[in-house]
Amino acid sequence: MADFIETAASKDSGPPPKYLAAWRAAGIESWRRRSLPTRKTEAWKYTNLRPLEKAAYAARPEADGIDEESLRPLIDIPGLGANRLVFVNGTYSDTLSDYDCADGMTVVRFADANGKDAETIAAHIGRLIDGERHLFAALNDGWTEDGVFVRIEDHAIVTTPLHVVWLTTNASHPFGVAQRLLLLAGKDCEASLIEHFVSTEDAQQVFTNGITELHVSANANLKHCRLHLEQPSAAHIGGVHVSLDRDSRLNSFHLGFGGVLKRIDAVVHHRGEGAHCEMNGIYLPRDSQQIDYHTTIEHAVPRCTTSETFRGIIADRGKAVFNGRIHIHPDAQKTDARLSNRNLLTSPDAEVDTKPELEIYADDVQCAHGATVAQLEDDSLFYFMSRGISREEAKVMLSFGFINELVDRVPVPALAEYLRPRLVARFSDPGLSRHIL
Amino acid sequence: MLTIKGLKAVAGDTEILQGIDLTIGPGEVHAIMGTNGSGKSTLGHVLAGRDGYAVTAGDVDFLGKNLLDLDPEDRAREGLFLAFQYPVEIPGVSNMEFLKAAADAHAEYRGDEAPDAVSFMKKARELCTVADIDPSFLKRGVNEGFSGGEKKRNELLQMMLLEPRLAILDETDSGLDIDALKVVAAGVNEMRAADRSFIVITHYQRLLNYIEPDFVHVLSRGRIVKSGDKSLALELEEKGYGWVDQEVA
Repeated sequence: MADFIETAASKDSGPPPKYLAAWRAAGIESWRRRSLPTRKTEAWKYTNLRPLEKAAYAARPEADGIDEESLRPLIDIPGLGANRLVFVNGTYSDTLSDYDCADGMTVVRFADANGKDAETIAAHIGRLIDGERHLFAALNDGWTEDGVFVRIEDHAIVTTPLHVVWLTTNASHPFGVAQRLLLLAGKDCEASLIEHFVSTEDAQQVFTNGITELHVSANANLKHCRLHLEQPSAAHIGGVHVSLDRDSRLNSFHLGFGGVLKRIDAVVHHRGEGAHCEMNGIYLPRDSQQIDYHTTIEHAVPRCTTSETFRGIIADRGKAVFNGRIHIHPDAQKTDARLSNRNLLTSPDAEVDTKPELEIYADDVQCAHGATVAQLEDDSLFYFMSRGISREEAKVMLSFGFINELVDRVPVPALAEYLRPRLVARFSDPGLSRHIL
Repeated sequence: MLTIKGLKAVAGDTEILQGIDLTIGPGEVHAIMGTNGSGKSTLGHVLAGRDGYAVTAGDVDFLGKNLLDLDPEDRAREGLFLAFQYPVEIPGVSNMEFLKAAADAHAEYRGDEAPDAVSFMKKARELCTVADIDPSFLKRGVNEGFSGGEKKRNELLQMMLLEPRLAILDETDSGLDIDALKVVAAGVNEMRAADRSFIVITHYQRLLNYIEPDFVHVLSRGRIVKSGDKSLALELEEKGYGWVDQEVA
């Protein structure tokens, strides 16, 4: 694996924006000093990084020869009516993007930013990330050639969601992509962001390294969805880092299909009193796919609340890791934090490692956490069959029911409608899902 | 309708049904009474095909078919209905989806076209009125957060919708207050017909004031030890189950 450090460090990433050149060089330097985690590194204990070894993800993808128009069905979400930015293999696609920012939301690509925007990006980028804990963030810094900067003005009510798509396709050689997004939500504003990772159906050797940073100012309300719907051969290591100021609200939804390597770290810092974080997530590995969600909620100040629910259905020889940590610092009195993780194993070879962790250093708090691992209950299956419903259809209805409660909580309704049939299709023939769609 | 001959069943190493003989004709209502552990709920479960029991002897003929050869879903499609003592909560699957899936499965088994969604919805809402269920419950998860009485009325709703040939009511009266009991009994009485039979499993005589049985059987240690008409239930109420055991002994 030592080779991977150097191979990745020497990736030809194209020129950085000038205002980020020094920062990017520092990222590469930092990355070169690292060693990759081993099975003894607690935070990476269950994550198998070996798929990274197998391919030299140093190259850039071919720039041309892609029929971008043909990719539309992969990225269209009916009824969403969003402003959309699309990156194909890491490169911005003018053809597929369509955005016209108004209502107080400004979207600027890193590559185009200048003047005040460039200053703001340079001042904020990377600020939320603990580089020691998130080592792949340094590599992301070092690879960044473009990215998305979103600024929402104070008091702006932005009704049109922002839909940012990162799409990958098959290329003749392995390649790497850096995804980067920085969002600053002003005071009292409201906005919705959908980050959508998807790929063409053919097998591909791509490693995406993603970092998203969301700064949510006082009393702002941000909805955030991060969807990982890529083809299983696409590898992804990504992080979402959020800071919540006083009385702000984050309503977030994560969804991940499995793959050769898929690891998402979601970190939320409660930095102002009265902030609220709702985080829900679904993961659905099957075949021999893996997926890891690691969440950390830092309660540093009093009177903040967290409600976090992740559910997974693990099929075949799939493997999931869920590590949910809630850290309540000594000053965070009157915290109310709840974490639930439930897993459904639909095969004897399916595996999940779940580790909810509560670290509490304040005495006047309300906290609860729990994790369960189960199979479909015989009682439930029999109840369906006793009404004439076949065992196969009962399994599908019960499995979907297990995650449907979280689909109902997706903060963007058009997205929930889009996802429902795709989720059902993960574990069902069309004939068996007709009563739930 | 149903003929049970020498039925024996075990759960693990324990023989719970030790040779049941019972014949139920069309249109008849049979009450099966007995103490806890006498095997009366097991009989309902074995007939409906629940996992966890092994039939070691005997035959069951249901409308000319060997019931024990059928999968649980096919028993239901043939017209057998079990109203559960403890209906299962299924969050995330709506009552309406559940009912439609069940009705479609029945229709397809018969070779009929599945009911269209609009008329099915209309019928379900009408039956909600009969079962004294708020129609908003159709959109809720199956039995999710329902009270004991609401769950039993939901069983009644399913029965009315599926129109079985033989309905087994497994301690439907347990946990019901008198008003809910009357609703359920009225629904059952409404459904009584010349070609539909009922097995009413109960611990108490009270339910039989409202659903009048043609026959009453007393189950003890996995066998029917006494049969009679509805007066047997009243006698049991008065003298207790100990009286039957003594008499048999």
